[in-house]
Amino acid sequence: MSSASSVEVRPAWTMAAWSLWRREVVRFLRQRSRIVGALGTPIVFWLLIGSGLRESFAAGGSGGGADSINYLEYFFPGTMVMIVLFTAIFATISVIEDRREGFLQAVVASPAPRSAIVVGKVLGSTTLAFGQAMLFLLLAIPTGLPLGLASFFAVAGVVVLVSLGLSALGLLIAWPMDSTQGFHAVMNLCLMPMWLLSGALFPASGASPWVAWVMALNPLTYGLAALRRALYPGGGGATESVPSMGVSLVVTLVFGLIMVALASRVVHRRG
Amino acid sequence: MSGQHAVDIADLVHRYGDRVALDRVSFTVEAPSIFGLLGPNGGGKTTLFKILATLLRPASGSAHVGGVDVVSNPAAVRSKIGVVFQNPSVDGKLSVLENLHHHGMLYGLSGALLKVRCAQQLDRFGLSDRAGDRVEALSGGLRRRVELAKSLLHGPSILILDEPSTGLDPGARISLMDELHQLRDRDGVTCLLTTHLLEEADHCDRLAILDHGKVVAIGTPDALKQAIGGEVITVRCADAAGLGERLGARFKTTAEVVDGTLRLEVANGHAMVPEMIEAFPGEIDSITVGRPTLEDVFVHVTGRRFWSGGAE
Repeated sequence: MSSASSVEVRPAWTMAAWSLWRREVVRFLRQRSRIVGALGTPIVFWLLIGSGLRESFAAGGSGGGADSINYLEYFFPGTMVMIVLFTAIFATISVIEDRREGFLQAVVASPAPRSAIVVGKVLGSTTLAFGQAMLFLLLAIPTGLPLGLASFFAVAGVVVLVSLGLSALGLLIAWPMDSTQGFHAVMNLCLMPMWLLSGALFPASGASPWVAWVMALNPLTYGLAALRRALYPGGGGATESVPSMGVSLVVTLVFGLIMVALASRVVHRRG
Repeated sequence: MSGQHAVDIADLVHRYGDRVALDRVSFTVEAPSIFGLLGPNGGGKTTLFKILATLLRPASGSAHVGGVDVVSNPAAVRSKIGVVFQNPSVDGKLSVLENLHHHGMLYGLSGALLKVRCAQQLDRFGLSDRAGDRVEALSGGLRRRVELAKSLLHGPSILILDEPSTGLDPGARISLMDELHQLRDRDGVTCLLTTHLLEEADHCDRLAILDHGKVVAIGTPDALKQAIGGEVITVRCADAAGLGERLGARFKTTAEVVDGTLRLEVANGHAMVPEMIEAFPGEIDSITVGRPTLEDVFVHVTGRRFWSGGAE
């Protein structure tokens, strides 16, 4: 091979994105500890928190509509959103080290379009989150979760949307950082409260007014509401007090698009 | 204009806050050749590497790689160069071939061409029988080969390497330099590498010595050493400053104090050594004489030992 044979390099957007996506998935499947953690953690969280808060929840608020259902059931959509959030965090936390002294150095130095890098990474994380959330959903069917086929597909769609937004948000935060410690700080300060105040653990109706306000401003509230409504299309399941399906889907979609756009900008600017 | 130089840098300046990392750096690199950027850590080598690899924008000045401006057209530069990082940029969980495949796709290679290129590189670097192995299972030397194979996949005419021998044992270092020489001779590839290893710098066609962000010397290793001339005498003694003055007066030369030892650049050192020992009996602990090395070149231009200035 001589340098004279060098080809005109025209990096294709889809190939770069596809290759990055595939790497994310292959890498996940080759790490057994990640698979075990990904499936085990949500189940443990769901059972521990769900069972632990069961009595307090039942004894608590009146009105909200949520007390008519068992807390394990109430907490179920919240657990699915937690899976998505944790996956997005895991997928993006590696970005920090990878970009400075690992795999992503070569990606950034390549002519691959910056937006393809973002989309490949975000879709990879979304795929992992989707796979785990849906598996969790299937595992829950034997526990008596009433789930129709239409409902199943609606849930799948919502999970993809929520996951896109959270993965892009994670990338947006992680890309400019140079230490994983910094990311942990942001995670505890922003991402976890985002989940806590999304209606995952308690409904806005029973919270103090300022918390209810923060919850109304939290984009994840709408993702969770969409998920709740997709799981219970006929009402019930604490759907009475959450935003409508239309509003929830629009907010979630717009949030996702804005996050992807911002992440592309950050990656483009900071190489 | 950049002409036909592989790399053309003019008045390049970069700062991190108040600290000046590159201070009006200018030089050119001929194609094809092996060009070394030698300097202690913190000297500015990695900053320069990042600018040439389009990973960092310089504060001012210009840098052309393959005739293309790295600031105004980074995408075109990226297609022209191969980049080898100090820390591995391969994914340990993927196989050797999967890593190459992925890298090729980032550079727009696909289908039959990608397959052929991967096979060629595996063959060239003796990795064909390890193609299916996960990279994490390979030795440091083999991993470096994967890095090199990867960086050459799209047939770049310029290869930019940051401390490529990091983590390699001496044998693997030598074979790495052999590879670079082969690339220059067989494929006409220009290699620009940063290094803090003097013996590695000795194998480059030309060198720029970078210290505190400035090019303090530039030329072929031989020319740099000859510029000092003659021989270098190093004297270890209890009172370097005092003895240095008296030595200088006695032999009509200047003796520098470097890190508590005396250093003299003289025309015929071997003849002076016995005289010196007899002139100052009991004061000299040890005395060595030798032809100038790149270490001497560094001391000559900076007044410091190469390694003592290493701290950031």
